[in-house]
Amino acid sequence: MNFHVIQALVLRYLFLYTRTPVRLVELIFWPLVNLLVWGYLTLFLQQHAGEGFPYQITYLIGAVILWDVLFRAQQGVAIFFLEDVWSRNLLNIFAAPVTTLDYLVSTYAVGMLRASVTVSILTLLSLVLYSFNIFEVGWYLAPFVLNLLVFGWALGMISTALIVRWGPAAETLAWATPFFIQPFAAVFYPVEGLPPVMQAVSKALPCSYIFEGMREVLRSGHLAGHELVMATGLNVLYLIGAGLFFVHIMKIARRGGLLTKFASQ
Amino acid sequence: MPEPILRVTDLVKRFGDFTAVGGVSFDIAPGEILGLLGANGAGKTTAINMVLGLITPTSGSISVFGQDLAQHRTAILRRMNFCSTYTNLPGNLLVWQNLTVFGRLYGVPDLPRRIDEVLDLLEIAHLKKRVAGHLSAGESTRLNLCKALLNRPRLLLLDEPTASLDPDIADKVRKVVRRVCQEDGVTMLYTSHNMRDVEEVCDRVVFLHKGRILHQGTPEQIVAHFQEKTLEDVFIRVARGGDLEPRTADGSVTPTFPS
Ligand SMILES: Nc1ncnc2c1ncn2[C@@H]1O[C@H](COP(=O)(O)OP(=O)(O)OP(=O)(O)O)[C@@H](O)[C@H]1O
Ligand SMILES: [Mg+2]
Repeated sequence: MNFHVIQALVLRYLFLYTRTPVRLVELIFWPLVNLLVWGYLTLFLQQHAGEGFPYQITYLIGAVILWDVLFRAQQGVAIFFLEDVWSRNLLNIFAAPVTTLDYLVSTYAVGMLRASVTVSILTLLSLVLYSFNIFEVGWYLAPFVLNLLVFGWALGMISTALIVRWGPAAETLAWATPFFIQPFAAVFYPVEGLPPVMQAVSKALPCSYIFEGMREVLRSGHLAGHELVMATGLNVLYLIGAGLFFVHIMKIARRGGLLTKFASQ
Repeated sequence: MPEPILRVTDLVKRFGDFTAVGGVSFDIAPGEILGLLGANGAGKTTAINMVLGLITPTSGSISVFGQDLAQHRTAILRRMNFCSTYTNLPGNLLVWQNLTVFGRLYGVPDLPRRIDEVLDLLEIAHLKKRVAGHLSAGESTRLNLCKALLNRPRLLLLDEPTASLDPDIADKVRKVVRRVCQEDGVTMLYTSHNMRDVEEVCDRVVFLHKGRILHQGTPEQIVAHFQEKTLEDVFIRVARGGDLEPRTADGSVTPTFPS
């Protein structure tokens, strides 16, 4: 791993944002819309359901913020690759002394940066609009957020690999991948709320434990140990799997001349 | 004889059952500029992309600086660079930002100074603060060349570097290419469809036809071999696939495909 290379790749991305600040809108706009819709919906439900309302406002707003962590992290990785496809710069990067690991670590760094911009803004806004402070529950939430970033990275590697394999036509996959799993991910409702078959899928995803764990933290104010262990363990497996998949697809791409095809499309 | 900078041995690339490069071998000596000539689809870009490690050969081997490319790819790429009509630097960044990113990717020491040097060399210092995407085709080709020279490569691969240049700039670029070759001892692999380019720049030429080497030698040797007046005449004859054998004085033909 070469830190100069990683720095350079991240720098390219920072330059991009300083040059075209309008890109920041994408980091803020959709999360904001989500926050408003879900936030006011929760407020409304809470007011009308009175004391008996089973969900506290914290749940849904917290879920919205955390789902966005996952989504931004995943997209950070895919967009990192697509930016180079769009600007016909891909071959310059892959013909430079960049190893696959350098490349992946840079995508992760960018995913983290993107997610932290979104989270900061959402946290601030939910504090102002709904007096909801996601960090009020203490730092017990932090390991879950970190796990979400890691899972987002794994998903990002998988979607990028699919784009490498099937070309720009698969670009929509980059946007859709997280939503394939959303119904199973227990973002807004507990795993028990699902039919048994879906529960099985749900239990195989690290993010289900993360969202369950988050609810546990918000409910009890304690660290949800079991959920954290499960999420971390599964994440390690997903990360290794996604990394191997990416390396494998890059090999196929080099053999089939897929990278160079991108350049001329 | 010194060890070649680039040695390509029996290089083959098949895409499915189509053979893009069909068993090509050549060497480039230190400080030499080798031209890769051939019609559209002859396999030049595929060969260059294999040397860059962007495409894995079906068989054969590539060694650069005496090291096997498949095994030492990253170390080799650090001392190599390329410029191709098929790529651009990110259009939404400024010229200096692009060069900063690539300079750091290649670990170039004293980068700000080096950036000014290459911009001066290609006479685009005045474009330093411009948006790369707003440059004209010729200007952005020169920016690509700046990126290619940034790390003082010992092996430079140029895929149609003069394709979009006006005659004046093309002439200047040819001179720059020759100059860095002579002054810095850079070794080059050069493709172009402009025969004037090739005659002026290349020490030696490898003529590709449908993925195979038809002939290699100095431009003069090739012209003499095919008994044509100019390299362009040879090119047209080969491209039209007509008579690939050289005409000899007594009218007999000598097969020129490598055995
Ligand atoms: N990734 C790929 N998959 C399938 N076929 C390919 C691929 N890349 C190149 N080819 C084919 O290989 C042949 C050689 O292509 P290449 O780009 O190397 O030619 P070239 O000599 O550079 O031509 P030009 O002068 O037009 O640039 C062409 O017929 C091309 O269609
Ligand atoms: Mg070509």
